[in-house]
Amino acid sequence: MEGKVKFVQGNEACVEGALYAGCNFFAGYPITPSTEVAELLASRLPKGGGKFIQMEDEIASMCAIIGASLTGSKTLTATSGPGFSLKQEALGYAIMAEIPCVIVNVQRGGPSTGNPTHVAQSDVMQARWGTHGDHSIVAMTASNIQDIFEITIDAFNIAETFRTPVILLFDEVVGHMREKLVIPEQGKIPVIERLRTSVPPGTDYHPYLPRTDGRLPMSDFGGEHRYNVTGLFHDMWGFPSEKPELVHNLMRHLIDKIDTHPNQICKTKQYFLDDAETVLVSYGASARTAMEVMNYSRERERKVGLLELQTLWPFPRETVAKYCDQAKRVIVVEMNMGQVMEQVKASVKYPNHVFLCNRYDGTLINVDDVKNVLRVIEGRGF
Amino acid sequence: MEKHKIVFSGSGGQGVITAAVILAEAAVIYENLHAVQTQSYGPEARGGATRSDVVISDTQINYPKVTHPNLLVCLTQESYNKYSNIVLPGGLIITDPRHVVPNVNSDSIIKELPLYDTVMEKLGNQIVLNVCMLGAVIKILPVLKPESVLKAVIDRVNPKFKDLNTKAFQLGYDMVKK
Repeated sequence: MEGKVKFVQGNEACVEGALYAGCNFFAGYPITPSTEVAELLASRLPKGGGKFIQMEDEIASMCAIIGASLTGSKTLTATSGPGFSLKQEALGYAIMAEIPCVIVNVQRGGPSTGNPTHVAQSDVMQARWGTHGDHSIVAMTASNIQDIFEITIDAFNIAETFRTPVILLFDEVVGHMREKLVIPEQGKIPVIERLRTSVPPGTDYHPYLPRTDGRLPMSDFGGEHRYNVTGLFHDMWGFPSEKPELVHNLMRHLIDKIDTHPNQICKTKQYFLDDAETVLVSYGASARTAMEVMNYSRERERKVGLLELQTLWPFPRETVAKYCDQAKRVIVVEMNMGQVMEQVKASVKYPNHVFLCNRYDGTLINVDDVKNVLRVIEGRGF
Repeated sequence: MEKHKIVFSGSGGQGVITAAVILAEAAVIYENLHAVQTQSYGPEARGGATRSDVVISDTQINYPKVTHPNLLVCLTQESYNKYSNIVLPGGLIITDPRHVVPNVNSDSIIKELPLYDTVMEKLGNQIVLNVCMLGAVIKILPVLKPESVLKAVIDRVNPKFKDLNTKAFQLGYDMVKK
């Protein structure tokens, strides 16, 4: 790819991706290991006419990006575990009120304040079910600096297309690691702009009446149209309603608008999977270790492949099943107690062929960790 | 080329992370190589043991950390004690005798360079200690052209201190006798 070459941290690549996608509002409460996202945007956003606000806490930050998005901005916040916990209630509001926004969680060890300067991938299930009630959610991740840039643009595009919050689940290693980034010219990577209503001012506008393609055109709040926004179940004007058929239809809509578009949302990368007898499933920084082990094994003519997940939610069940069902064994490489492993087990034909290779001590899972597990499972001893 | 794995270690505030970033940046921007830089650090802003890893290669780098470096730089005794035993057999360790008393029984090649004393005597400002160290590193392990590293140094520093940093880099480079 041609473009401007930089040598940057993952957090900076995320900032570059957000700006490329048109992000013009950030509100946050800086926290390790995501601080650089806020730090860089504090300098970059005002120069381009955008707004940066350091809020009084994480809850207020989440509320601020929801409000700013409703008025027409493309918005971002960045946090880590403890802050992500605090954002959950407002995240649910953004889901219910269908407000596009992007939330970066650069994962560190938890629970609680945990292990602030060290790596973990233990917020996968929190991203899925951290907020209450039935809902769908989009969460994406990446294992290198170029992919962080591109997946951040994807996150904004998906947020706008489906009127939904999107979570970027990075981790301390990829967030702080520096590597080459190529920033293509504006326009080379498609950026989806907000779909705004064509209903003339003063006419009845239905903010929650989906078009036939399922999309809901928006109107900048406080602008030409009057409408209501609420976290309660609501009608097509946005006014609260508890009519059973309305509650049923809205829930159906909120789930289906995400879950029926796996081709647009679910991204994976595949390496040497066609003949793989052992499939490594991994994501984020762990995928780099898995890739190293795959290369090592292939050099020794062992049929090992790697399925790298870039979308974690909705879980790419079909792709996982397609490649794992034909393998003799599946090893999920991750830095938690098996949060993605459980999803892989639930997706495949032979769950007892799925094994966990994990590390949860704050250090990046290393090549020997994976090699040792691989040897034992293949019956070659430790 | 061989994959080079370098670890810079010292105390927070000595500029070891900056040195690592500059070296890796020079590889990527000025020599079109692959390079990855990572760091581990504690919650404190100054003091404490700091370590930064750089991997430089002409092929894609996957695992980003260094397990066994072929070059280790130690700017404090604490970092020497902690990391000297991870160096590859026959690998290089660069230390400053003002701060580090090395173990004579090591199977690594130890290069003791009076970085601190020379910088203070010739330039009178310890802020460029890390750049002086980079000059020495690139002479000992010529993984990149010195011009590339110097360009990356100048990209990173305030233009007011361009001359000071250039002198410091040259001082380090000349300190190593081949």
